[in-house]
Amino acid sequence: MIRINCPYCGERDHSEFSYGGDGSITYPALDASAEEWLEAVFQRENIRGVQTETWHHVSGCRQWLLVERDTMTHEIHSVHAAHEGIAKVLEAGK
Amino acid sequence: MSASRLPAGGRIDRDQPIEFHWDNRKLKGFKGDTLASALMANGESILGRSFKYHRPRGIMSAGVEESGAIVTVGRGNRRDPNVKATTQEIFNGLQAKGQNAWPNVRTDLGSVNGLFSRFFSAGFYYKTFMGIPPMEWGKGTGIWMQYEKLIRKAAGMGVASREPDPDIYDHGHMFCDVLVVGSGPAGLAAAVAAAEGGLDVVLVEQDFEIGGDYLNQSSTEAERKRSSQISALKKLGARVMTRTTAFGLYDYGVAGLLERVTDHVAVPAVEIPRQRFLTLRTKHTILATGALERSVAFGNNDLPGIMTAAAANSYVNRFAVQAGQRIIVATNNDSAYSPALNLARTGADVTVLDSRTSLPDNILGLLDTKGVSHRAGTTALNAVGKKGIASLELASGDDGQWAAGDSLTCDLLLVSGGWSPVVNLLSHRGVKPVWDKDNLCFVAPIFDEPIQMAGSANAIWGTSDCEASGNAAGVAAVAAVKGTGMNNVTSAPGAGGWETPIAPLYEVRVDNKKTKCFIDPQHDVTADDVRLAHQEGFVSVEHLKRYTTLGMATDQGKMGNIIGLALMAEAMGREIPEVGTTTFRPPYTPISLGALTGRGKGAHFKPLRRTPMHDWNLAAGATMTDAGLWQRPWYFARQGETITEAYIRETITTRETVGLVDVTSLGKIAIQGPDATEFINSVYSNAFAKLPIGKARYGIMLRDDGIVMDDGTSWRLSETDYFMTTTTAHAAKVMVFLEELLQTRWPHLQVHVTSVSEQWAGSAVAGPKSRAVLEACVADPASVANEALPFMGVIETSLSNGVPCRIARISFSGEMAYEMYVPSDYSESMMDLLWSAAQSFDGCLYGTETLGALRIEKGHVTGVELDGRATIDDAGLGKMASDQKSYIGSALRSRPDLLRTDRPQLVGIFPKDKTEKFKAGSVLCSENKVEGHGDGWITAVTHSPTLGHWIGLGYINGGYDQWSGQTVVAADPVRTGNTNVEIVSPHMVDPSGERMRG
Amino acid sequence: MTRFSAWSVFRNGFKDQSGWTRQWRDPEPKKHYDIVIVGGGLHGLATAYYLAKNHGLKNIAILEKGWLGGGNAGRNTTIVRSNYFMPGNREFYEHSLKLWENLSHELNYNVMFSQRSHISLLHSPGAIDASARRYNTMRLTGTPDAEIWDLNTLKQNVPHLNYGPDSRFPIMGAAVQKRAGTARHDAVAWGYARAADALGVDIIQNCEVTATTRSANSISSLTTSRGEITANKVGFAVAGNTSRLWQMAGFNTLPIESHKLQAFVSEPLKPLLDQVVVFGVGGAHFYISQSDKGGMVFGGDLDWYKSYAQRGNLPIVQDVAECAISILPCLGRVRLLRHWSGVMDMTMDGSPFICKTPLDNLYLNAGWNYGGFKASPASGWYFADLIANDRPHDTIANFNLDRFAQGVSMDERGAGPDPKLHG
Repeated sequence: MIRINCPYCGERDHSEFSYGGDGSITYPALDASAEEWLEAVFQRENIRGVQTETWHHVSGCRQWLLVERDTMTHEIHSVHAAHEGIAKVLEAGK
Repeated sequence: MSASRLPAGGRIDRDQPIEFHWDNRKLKGFKGDTLASALMANGESILGRSFKYHRPRGIMSAGVEESGAIVTVGRGNRRDPNVKATTQEIFNGLQAKGQNAWPNVRTDLGSVNGLFSRFFSAGFYYKTFMGIPPMEWGKGTGIWMQYEKLIRKAAGMGVASREPDPDIYDHGHMFCDVLVVGSGPAGLAAAVAAAEGGLDVVLVEQDFEIGGDYLNQSSTEAERKRSSQISALKKLGARVMTRTTAFGLYDYGVAGLLERVTDHVAVPAVEIPRQRFLTLRTKHTILATGALERSVAFGNNDLPGIMTAAAANSYVNRFAVQAGQRIIVATNNDSAYSPALNLARTGADVTVLDSRTSLPDNILGLLDTKGVSHRAGTTALNAVGKKGIASLELASGDDGQWAAGDSLTCDLLLVSGGWSPVVNLLSHRGVKPVWDKDNLCFVAPIFDEPIQMAGSANAIWGTSDCEASGNAAGVAAVAAVKGTGMNNVTSAPGAGGWETPIAPLYEVRVDNKKTKCFIDPQHDVTADDVRLAHQEGFVSVEHLKRYTTLGMATDQGKMGNIIGLALMAEAMGREIPEVGTTTFRPPYTPISLGALTGRGKGAHFKPLRRTPMHDWNLAAGATMTDAGLWQRPWYFARQGETITEAYIRETITTRETVGLVDVTSLGKIAIQGPDATEFINSVYSNAFAKLPIGKARYGIMLRDDGIVMDDGTSWRLSETDYFMTTTTAHAAKVMVFLEELLQTRWPHLQVHVTSVSEQWAGSAVAGPKSRAVLEACVADPASVANEALPFMGVIETSLSNGVPCRIARISFSGEMAYEMYVPSDYSESMMDLLWSAAQSFDGCLYGTETLGALRIEKGHVTGVELDGRATIDDAGLGKMASDQKSYIGSALRSRPDLLRTDRPQLVGIFPKDKTEKFKAGSVLCSENKVEGHGDGWITAVTHSPTLGHWIGLGYINGGYDQWSGQTVVAADPVRTGNTNVEIVSPHMVDPSGERMRG
Repeated sequence: MTRFSAWSVFRNGFKDQSGWTRQWRDPEPKKHYDIVIVGGGLHGLATAYYLAKNHGLKNIAILEKGWLGGGNAGRNTTIVRSNYFMPGNREFYEHSLKLWENLSHELNYNVMFSQRSHISLLHSPGAIDASARRYNTMRLTGTPDAEIWDLNTLKQNVPHLNYGPDSRFPIMGAAVQKRAGTARHDAVAWGYARAADALGVDIIQNCEVTATTRSANSISSLTTSRGEITANKVGFAVAGNTSRLWQMAGFNTLPIESHKLQAFVSEPLKPLLDQVVVFGVGGAHFYISQSDKGGMVFGGDLDWYKSYAQRGNLPIVQDVAECAISILPCLGRVRLLRHWSGVMDMTMDGSPFICKTPLDNLYLNAGWNYGGFKASPASGWYFADLIANDRPHDTIANFNLDRFAQGVSMDERGAGPDPKLHG
């Protein structure tokens, strides 16, 4: 069981969350080219090691998180709110 | 083996005699006995049969490593196959039986297999059984499958019950600072030290008594220590659990625990679970899991009457059973001397064979005083006996060069080939053990996990050293958990503790003498099998394991693995560490699927979602159907109606007057905020930027890849407030996607999305009389007049009983229709009102079957058409997509293959002969080529009361224009065969939509 | 190579098994090969075998970083079936099944392919219709053994399933492929290895590729833990390591995300279940069969998060146990003996790649999701065909990396571009 320290809720079992995907992807603007969209939607670096990824606290606060996690050991290095504005507020409140 | 119960001593409770059954015979034991100790006390020596050769198997150990005494416990729907007799406590009425034998384990006709053992070498089955013997002529799998039937019958071990397991199992969750696994000298000391340091401690012990090896020691000092440690733990508030196995260690300090609650109880209370599966989250773990004694490979080393020295010690000291009278002890290390002396003390004639040539004088002196004879440089070569050991042929020599010697009679042979620390749980964490060449065992390496090894699990052999090691581990755990540094941590004793070094002894054989030496007694894997694996190139340990099946029996290789590795190393001319070891997998000991399942079985397998008007629907005569996790009304049969009769009537009634259907399971999302319009306009493929307040619109959402994700409606309630509905199936997915968009991609948008699926209960009101029904139900009938609530209009109002409601005039049925939502708690009062009004127009209630019939007639799509592969154009809705804006999926929607004009497109389907029916799932083929992938398929069918014949929706390459007027075959070879059909427009009833605009 | 037969087993029984020799050689790697296949799993081994057998090629090596069959060959529930329906997949898996049917004879190695029937339980009229489309397509494309069973037929054939009133999702019928079944996974690896070796293929274990040397259009050399090896053509067949090797070859991304999938086996039991039974309903997904040794072999969903760790976590263990008991309530007292996991290269549409790459001499075989075991014979067959002829066979025309840009759908589940959903 991975334990994820949700910045809103505290440390919880990973079974409360759902894994999203590669969090390093910047989705292009809606009017961007098909090539840019193809890259974002289909192509993955698929890192073995520490990657930034998205998780959704689907059975908790419903917030999307950016998690730095080692895909080989499952060790989590950091957890932040995915929403930049909210992340800033949370950081400031620490 | 002539075992007997001693008149006194042991930890059994002689005041509590227990009657149990073995192979239908009534036997007696005492409280505190295991099945193995009780059977031994009753003189039973053959308790099982091996997998392949059906050789007799006796008791080989006194614990979880047991590979011989595997039995079936219980009867009927509580039959428990493959139980280790060495871990099963006896209770009054216990029913135990031998297994994998006929007629019984003592006389088993299956043992005839042994006669052919010369052919049944490792992996022989990969070389034959393919075709007609002797040369394997033929093709295909037919011959193999005949052999397979026989092989399957012969294989397997116990017989599982065919009936559902009647017992209940519970799940629980626990948290602690430190988990201590094992309650022997090291585990108790560790737990006490950790608890004294202020930690919240959980100590788990798989046995039914706390104490580990203390229980096998006869000294009063051991018992004094044991009980004082237990009371110390009690005082300190540590949680101590017996009959609880830590079966696996997982990520982040999570341990899987299995607690056996009633497996030892004759008549458990019905409300008590049989077992509990507990998920424990701990900050730190101490593995004081002990070590298991190994056997040695020599001839017939599997005969009943051969067991580990520690096992016999446990039987005599703990269970007061003297396992034999004329006993030989064969060892390569110091640990077997204490058992030898203990057994001599209780009156047996004991001879010790030590493979080492020089022994310490103090031990020799002690043996002499106790009348134990001893031979150095001697070991067991070949056991002789039919159903149990009767004599032992000896080998003498040194440094692995053995010569056959004389023979000794005996009724019990105890073997110690060294000890293997239990590092299994550490291995679950991906830590690979390393070889300790001084102690001849695999031990934990230096590793980076919040885990400590303590006691003999770390190859520390002496009791007081184990206590010190446990204490050090406990203190270290305190430092680690409290983050106080390791200043106060005393150094733990190092590995070892024997006076004379252990000598390697894995296999004993001499030239010119063929012996059968078992290393996995359950699977009948022999030393020769290992050599054959090497000869054939299976030199990797993982290949060895798979080719010979070594270590894959129910003891999971606890007894035999190391010998196998040693023999492979020898065959390769390498050292054991170069060969390595296989990875241990959880569980440490087998655990029942029932416990892992807990209460989530039968009707509770998955959550059941009911709408708030579930009971109302049932009372109104609904038959329910599953829609994902939801139950929805399927149809409302009246007196004697079949489902077909019911939905035809409901469809006709709805088209002629009015029908009501529960639509609560649709997903409902509140989308609110100043940027709500921009958001919703970016999410839907069709235009939403200019949707007026008080209007609803049908919307289609695409995935990022341009394929349709979901459809639904969105109602604009105010400048900044939308009410979105989704399909039932995709409600959760759409909600997650909207949250993802707002939080990760478009954080600049000021929009809040809230799932309100549970807040609102809804009914569709459809049919020519729908407005009249509404007028009868709302507080202000004028508010639903055509002008006030035109097609696609939305109002928020209240019912005549004051319940607030929101209504949109939207239609899935093709009739003039409305969707009405009220707060969920008021759903029944809404239905009472609506139904009462509908009845006055001879209306009906309908379910999903009629919902389907109505929408198929209209060519409206659902999930079967929007199947995750269809584009918006395929579904005939391409014209709705906006070319004035970009939206999710717009970039990838125009990939070349998605724009092909010969793609499958949505069409309607009529039978050529209007009296014929056809089925969804049929493949559409052109008349002259009913083969291959066809040209399309049928997604949905219904009898159309409006048209008077069966109709369908489906997809066909190129669509209606390409196929109109042609005969097409709806091929359904797996069910109904072929039906000739024609392709029509998907809008089969009221294509202009006049009825719904009303 | 000693031919395996009842006769050779019999003869060796009388000479202490002394007649058996290594099933494959342990050669030192040569400096150069015409073709190097990286990956000694089922796909790599099969590829090398068919390169030698079908195309008469000689100078071939397989480089395996560990031991043969040590990857996903070891983590699978051994199911073989061909009930796919999308063009391309359908023909590919049917070809694979036909290869399976004679594989023991072809390889002279008993891979124990047991055509015991694959039974997909159906719980709703909609599910029956959806399966009918698939199984109708199978019939129409030359697979006569596709059937839809009603409840009574199912009860007669598979008596111990939960047909009771407490079933959460009552069973209504089943979709059945009779030629489908199970095979002995290790034997397939060893059988291909032995047969490939006999045709001259060098199988080199403990040989990890650590880097490549590239020119603009090709790979000129592979750096391995056993030295530098050059090759005219290089094929990658390294499930679970595809992205890493791809990056070693100088590329960045692939439409692949690696996830882990657990497998489960129970203690051995006398015969209880004679077929492969699978179901997917209410968000659950489960498959079970009984091995010839008697263990119940089963599995379910991915662990749901990307991972390269070959070990699983408890939530899925519990999910899978629930599935087992929900469908076979008599397994409640049966004990789990072992659970472990493998790394699955999940693709964006659940279908694989057997294709050329931007490099002239590099070929890719990857992205088998959960389905690689059954595919292995055909995967090797078509990959060999691709490498030998430098062009894809018609059947695998869409097994390429470009299909996403083209918008070609190979999505059997319709789950869209989310790799974890393609189980």
